[in-house]
Amino acid sequence: MTTKTTKKESKRPDGRKPEEMRKMTAKVGVIPNADGSAMFAFGDTVAIAAVYGPRQLHPQHLQDPAKGILRCVYDLLSFSVYDRKRPGPSRRSNEISKVTQWSLSPAVDLVAFPNTVVDVQIYILQADAGTRTAGINAASMALAHAGIPMKDLICSVAVGKNDKTLIVDLTKEEEDFESGEGATDFAIAKLANHDEFSLLQFDGKIQPELVKEAMELGVKACKEIYEVQKKALKEIVEDSKSGARKK
Amino acid sequence: MSSMEISNLTKEKLKNMIAEGKRFDSRGLLDLRDVEISYGVSKKAEGSARVKIGKTEVVVGVKLQTGEPYPDSPDKGNLMASGDLLPLASPRFESGPPGFNAIELPRLIDRAIRASGMIDFSKLVIKKGELVWTVIIDIYPINDDGNLIDAASMGAVAALKQTVFPETDKDGKINYEKRTSKKLPLSKEISPISFSFFKLGDSIILDPTREEEEACDARITFGISKWNGQYMLNSCQKKGEAPLTQEDVAKMMDIIPKKFEELIKKLETFIS
Repeated sequence: MTTKTTKKESKRPDGRKPEEMRKMTAKVGVIPNADGSAMFAFGDTVAIAAVYGPRQLHPQHLQDPAKGILRCVYDLLSFSVYDRKRPGPSRRSNEISKVTQWSLSPAVDLVAFPNTVVDVQIYILQADAGTRTAGINAASMALAHAGIPMKDLICSVAVGKNDKTLIVDLTKEEEDFESGEGATDFAIAKLANHDEFSLLQFDGKIQPELVKEAMELGVKACKEIYEVQKKALKEIVEDSKSGARKK
Repeated sequence: MSSMEISNLTKEKLKNMIAEGKRFDSRGLLDLRDVEISYGVSKKAEGSARVKIGKTEVVVGVKLQTGEPYPDSPDKGNLMASGDLLPLASPRFESGPPGFNAIELPRLIDRAIRASGMIDFSKLVIKKGELVWTVIIDIYPINDDGNLIDAASMGAVAALKQTVFPETDKDGKINYEKRTSKKLPLSKEISPISFSFFKLGDSIILDPTREEEEACDARITFGISKWNGQYMLNSCQKKGEAPLTQEDVAKMMDIIPKKFEELIKKLETFIS
């Protein structure tokens, strides 16, 4: 990888190296009522996701006789941020719900379930930037846990830039960085074992050449996320084998 | 995207042609349609512009209002972009609460302009912590024949560059009927323009017609500007279920600066 423009030695506010991610935590089966569920955390950003379905889709006119549909909802809990978020969907959360759906759908195959819906509910308990990416990681595990046919897991991370330095997994403090070229927050989701990117979204100031480099960093980070997701999914399978928990 | 809206027959034909590098209107896959920009859509607006790209037409107006700054930025003015996909502009638009596309369009324009640094918000303060200017950009498609976002981004830049402040008295009350000659605090260098790439099969096209847009599997929109002499991408948003490869994006990164130069040259003949 070329890192001419990145300064390897520069320190981040929490002491991480540029390409170093926050501590990841993942747990599957956190919501017993759901057909599948998971928690995923990047440091202080904590997301939970529940999957219900495939189940009959109402109203009927929304049904697709060729395949089941995936329906995602993302939102922040009101107390997940310092300035209380007014409960209920906002323009921001509606947009993220939609991009989350697009992020997940290339991995999910619902051809066997015509006229049904798979509902994915994602909520952020605590927010410190990277909430949509944490939500996608949790949802990906929850879909697998629910036994939905998938061709791969989806891994998601924010790569970005503070002034001229490319960094991975930005905190809120880094997202708000203002000097020089400021902050770019580049949310990526990709199929873990395929060269297929299902989420690409950013704001900020980033040169075309660095977009290519940032994607390389994202691919590397996604590999680490994939390992964390796989481990959490294996744990739940082993738990259920030992009879500690159904499903 | 909404593939139900054109017939499968048309979609199939389009797909085959585009795979061979051809288009219905005989353009190359990355060729842009002719752009035309004019001004003076409304004398009542502080700035306004009309953009035509082929048969696509979008009008953009800028209004200036005063108000309290946001608590987290007492020393900065505000930007707001909004708009509506009026049923006037297409048989496909419907009245009622805004759908995803209607919300996304102004959001993308807002994000590209905000992140580019085109507007110096610190110069929009009348009284720190109490009174600041809010720049409101309203976007209305008049005729939708595809690529509304890119058209709107040109319209927004053009309208902002035309905008002049209305008169205010010493209490800060605005008299909209009288204009000053004072323009918005804009960077001369930065003009954030959007480029939306559309993927159909393995091909990538720019500036699609409505028909092409509907046949496509995914869209990705980049806001780009020049900042300190370098090309800077300011925003990016992918739409649709089909994924993109790393090579797709790398190819776009090579195309964007060239297309930006090409378009800016055209726009300079319209934008003062």
